[in-house]
Order: sequence, then C-alpha cells, then structure tokens
Amino acid sequence: MSAGADVRSVAGRRLVVCVVFPDLLGTYGDGGNGLVLARRAAWRGVEVELVQAPSDRPLPEADLYTVGGGEDGPQVRAASALAEGGVLERRVAEGAVVLGVCAGFQLIGRSFPDAAGRPQAGVGLLDVTTRKGDGPRAVGELVAAPSADAPRTASGLPLPRLTGFENHGGVSVIGPGAVPLARVERGVGNGGGDGTEGAWSGRVLGTYLHGPVLARNTALADLLLGWALAGPDAVDGGPVALEPLDDFEELALRAERLEAVDAPEVPGWRRALARLRPG
Amino acid sequence: MTVRPTARPGAPSGLRTTTAVGAVSAVNRLSRALGRGSGTVAGGRAGLAVDPGLLGVLATGRRVALVSGTNGKTTTTRLLATAVAGVDGVGPVVSNDTGANMPAGHVAALAGAPDATVAVLEVDEGYLGRLVGDAHPDVIVLLNLSRDQLDRIAEVRMLVDRWRTALGGLAAPGPAAAGTVVVANADDPMVAFAAGTAPRVRWVGAGQVWHDDAVGCPACGGRIRFPDDGRWACDRCDFARPALDAEVVGDELVLSDGTRHPIRLALPGQFNRANAGMVAVAAVPLLEAAGGRDGNGGAPTVDLVLGRLASVTEVAGRFATVPRGGADVRLLLAKNPAGWTAVFDLLEESGDVAAPVVLSVNARTADGLDTSWLWDVPFERLVGRSIVATGDRRLDLAVRLRYAEVAHDVVDGPLAALDHAVRVAGDGRSVEFLGNYTAFADLRRAL
Repeated sequence: MSAGADVRSVAGRRLVVCVVFPDLLGTYGDGGNGLVLARRAAWRGVEVELVQAPSDRPLPEADLYTVGGGEDGPQVRAASALAEGGVLERRVAEGAVVLGVCAGFQLIGRSFPDAAGRPQAGVGLLDVTTRKGDGPRAVGELVAAPSADAPRTASGLPLPRLTGFENHGGVSVIGPGAVPLARVERGVGNGGGDGTEGAWSGRVLGTYLHGPVLARNTALADLLLGWALAGPDAVDGGPVALEPLDDFEELALRAERLEAVDAPEVPGWRRALARLRPG
Repeated sequence: MTVRPTARPGAPSGLRTTTAVGAVSAVNRLSRALGRGSGTVAGGRAGLAVDPGLLGVLATGRRVALVSGTNGKTTTTRLLATAVAGVDGVGPVVSNDTGANMPAGHVAALAGAPDATVAVLEVDEGYLGRLVGDAHPDVIVLLNLSRDQLDRIAEVRMLVDRWRTALGGLAAPGPAAAGTVVVANADDPMVAFAAGTAPRVRWVGAGQVWHDDAVGCPACGGRIRFPDDGRWACDRCDFARPALDAEVVGDELVLSDGTRHPIRLALPGQFNRANAGMVAVAAVPLLEAAGGRDGNGGAPTVDLVLGRLASVTEVAGRFATVPRGGADVRLLLAKNPAGWTAVFDLLEESGDVAAPVVLSVNARTADGLDTSWLWDVPFERLVGRSIVATGDRRLDLAVRLRYAEVAHDVVDGPLAALDHAVRVAGDGRSVEFLGNYTAFADLRRAL
C-alpha cells in the first residue's frame, strides 16, 4: 500500500451526511455529492445516514453538509433560510465539514448577487464575495490544479488535478480569510482574473465544479470524509487516512475527461469534412 | 388599401418571399446532393436569411397548431397530426416530423408543402415566443417544463417568463376571430403559470410525476405543495391548480361534464396516454377551425380524435421493436431526468421485467454537454436487472451506476452493447434500449 499515513479502520463509526435543500439547490445534479460521500463511507463499514434536508424544516444536525447549485431565486431563499436557522454556522464551529458547489459555494460566502445583480448576504462561512460577471456565462469543462496551500490528503500528498463542469455567471473574489482551492488550467473558475478556482478555510470548501465534483474527484471525497471522521477534536490534525477503494471506474472517467480537455482541438473544417464523407 | 387574399395558403407573394422560398429549395437540393441528409434545416436557414419574415408568410392562410414542452413534443406532434389528417373536410396536413423544431425547420416543412392547409408544428421551448408571434396559431399545446440541457437553454424559470410574455400577447376571442386556444397541462405548475396569461385556456390534468423543478412557487417564491389528490397549491399566495376542463385518469379522458372517453394506444406508457389526452382536447378546436367533420357530417368530438390515435405504433423509431439476434429490442428515447424517470415507469409497467437494459448516453451539443443530470435519475430502480452502459459518456453512466449499486457491463459502441445484451437475454427474450437524443440517433443509424 502506497499510503503514507496509517490507514485507520472506521468500521462501525456513525456519520450523518446532509444534502442541504435539494428542493431549492438541486438543479445541477450536485445531490450526487451526498450519495458519493455516503456510499464511500458505507463501503468502509461506516454506519451512514444520508439526509435530504428540505428548506421548510430546521436543518438537521450532521457531520458533513453538501450545498449544491441552483437558480437565482431559490439561491436567495436558501441563503436566508440557512442564516436564520444558524445550525450550519454552529455545526461548522463544532467541526462539521461543508462542501458548497456553484450557487452553494457563492451562498456560503459573504455576499452574492441575486437575479437583478443586487448583493445578498451569504452565510459567511467562507471569506468570498461574489458579484455578477460582465461577460457571458462560464459554461464548459473545467480543469484546475490544487494550489500549494490547498488542503492535502491524509497521506500528506497534494490532491490530484480537479475535473468538472462549470456553469455560472458569477465572479468570486477570495478575501484574506480564505485560500484558493486550485489554479485553473482550463475553463474560468472564480473568474476574477487571478486564475483561481474555489476556496477553502478550515473544513469548509467551495468550488464551481459540477459533475458532480466528488464523483469525478474521489480523492477530494475521501478528504472530506477523512475530516468528518477525524472528529471535532482533530480540527487541526488533518483527515483520517481511509482504506482505499477499488475506484477503477472513477479513475477511467477522470482520465477520459482530462484527456478530452487536454486533447488539441480538432479544427471545425476537419469535423465538417468528416461529416461530408459518405457512410 | 385592399389586401388581396393569396391564391393558395402559404403561397409566396412578393419578390423577396419568392426569392426566399427559392433559396429554401435550392439549398435543400444542394444539401441532398452533398449527402448531408434531407437538408431541411439548411434550406430553412437560407430562406430565413433572405426573408426574416418568411415564417409568417408561409403560415398565412393555414390553420396552425404548435406543440411545445420539455418532454413528449415529438410524439404529441405526431399524435396531433394523425388526429386531424384525413378527417372529412380537412385538407392536406404538414408537420415538421423530422424533429427539426426551430424556425429553420418550420420554414423548411412549410415551404416543402405549399398545398397543406393545416400545419402541426413541434416547437423548441426557447422558440415558442417567436412562433406565437409569426405563425398566428389556432391551437397551442403546452406539455410540461423541467430541467433539460442547462448548458444551452435558459433555466426553467427564465423559460416560464418568456412563455408568459408570449402567451399574454395572444388576442382575446372576439366577434371576428375565435382566438387562440391554449391547451395546457394543469398538473405542471410551471406550465400553469406560463399559460395563466393566455386569454383562452383549456386546462388538462395530464399528470406530472416530476416535481423537482417546481417546488418554488413561480408567482411569489413560496412553496408549492403536491398533495396526493393532485390539487397542488402554493402555501403563501393563491396560485393553485386551475379548475380542469379534462383529466387523464388511467386509460380514460374524463371531461368536466363527467363523460369518460377511452384512450386506446399502440404506444406504451402512461405519459403517452397523457399526451393523447392533451391531443384530444387540442384537436377538437383545430378540426373546427379546419372545417373537419365526423363521418356523419357532425361536429368533431374527442371520441373521433381518440379513435384515430391507435394507428401510431412508433414515432421516428421511438417505441419501435426491432429483431436482433433472436431477441426483440424495444427502442426508447429520453433526454433528461423527468424523461428517464417516466421511461423507468414504462419499463416496470409494460414489457419483460427481466429484460436486460442497454443505456446509452452522449453529451454532444444537441444533448447538453453536462452529464451531471444523470445523478438526478433514479437508477436505483434498476437494481436486479442486467444493465449495459454505452455511448460517448458510458464512463459517466458506469460511475453513476456504481453509486446506485446497480451491476453493469460497459461496452463501447451501441451495436456491440446491444449484441452483448441480446446474448445475456438468451433466445426469444426481449431487450430494452434507452438512449438520449444523439445516442438514440447513433443506434438507429447503426441498425
């Protein structure tokens, strides 16, 4: 085994994974992140409860929260419901892990734009401010290499390159209280001109990657699980090293996606010619 | 100034339009000669480039029906065209049945059928406003609105707002004209909100299993509740399901006068019975406008319409059964989470529950480039069946199936995948093939 850290058995441990407001933030398939986390924990013997938390009920207590992408109106409602309840903020202080994606990334920051571009208050878990971009929406495959100060795996290694699909019109600027997650190699990412993608601070992580991100980047999934299973007393101690899983299908998907983005573009005229050929 | 009626419906009047129609057929001939298919869209584009008002000119003098929505457009368009074509008193009917559902496709279909007096047009959701403005429809059928191709088309609520504006501009019925009849699915709050601005609506309770895109009230931002009796309502404002003019209940269409009318189709699935119910309600005013009569010279009725729909056994290959290596393969197409969920219902309701299922997914421009939607599809329902994943994005499917804990094989190429499934099925058994848009087309081409 190549893992540099001692693999800890987590069999029999309990874990609650909460998908936050799928009724408001379920537009882009990001609910899959909750499923990926729950299955990967269960496959290692953890007793997992996967909760789909509706927006009209108090947010349940959980160890790991995923906040997905959604449309502008529902995003505003989700942010105010989360801020009012106060559960997410308290649970983060108690050591819970949060993954925000796209609209979910924006709304766990300090502020984000509504449909009219007016700033709305976010939950404030990340020192990130988002405004409406001037250009066209960022839509397409996104590849980003984790930055030097991005969180490391349980083995102390940097995370592998991140792959996903972005679809957003916001520009996110990271303040001094947070750190970029990765540097964009292909695509737009945060879009503020500094080439960054996503942000993190403590055990709170935000990204523009759909896919869902954890299905395409299982090392990131295991990092979040490792944090959640390390427990509240190990906030500075890094993630628990988990038993490796047989991820051949995820690795094949990653390789294919990265290759698709890295491959030189086939010129349009050549594609047109190929279509013209009989048969 | 007097306006002389044109000699025949849709006939070119004026030099610019004549040139534009000429451009349509010239490009179509060139396209066919180059082996680029029928070239209908290329021709339509050329025509619109010469005369941007061509669509309106070509529609003039015809009775026009539009069919739009996220899912079921092509099948519903075919059912509606079948319902009216050949009815006593109705002239030739034209329909854009190749799936080219944007203005260039409409222009090509209309320019290619100058004698047709009735046009039944499938319309891409994003172009409904333009068609409403240009084609002066007699009837508009609105099926449903849910997430689809998020990278390309506006999100659901933006589409709703655009529909609402377009339908609000329809003329109210008056002494001179009957006004456009909008036939809308009352069970979909997004459709109900969009159609709420139209002056003349026939509300059909056609059912809608997929509610994930309609939880937030489009009127006030409150929450829409979906009780078991189907009478959804917002918990904050007075937006609620409109009073129904007709409802699809199982295999019957129940009208508000209490009469029940059997829906008997060759096509499978509850969603097709729902489509047929919408067609029955829409075809009656379309037939009235087109001068249609029943066999005894009487006014057209829903029973006249429903009786004609069983002749449709497949729609551009969808729902067809083809033999392959001793097995019967049923071909199914669905493009988004709502569509795939409806097809899973169909797999459980009709067909062999032990039949292997080939799933094929592409992510080309026509499909939407983002495959994240696969995680909104309840693949968990396939546990216990033999599954073969194929298509350009078979690896995305494979990972999704792994997390659904559904055993599967991955095979490159739709025919190879089909043959693999046929071998798994064994002699005399059946196989289901479900693909999204271009994946389905790939298989049909290969067969």
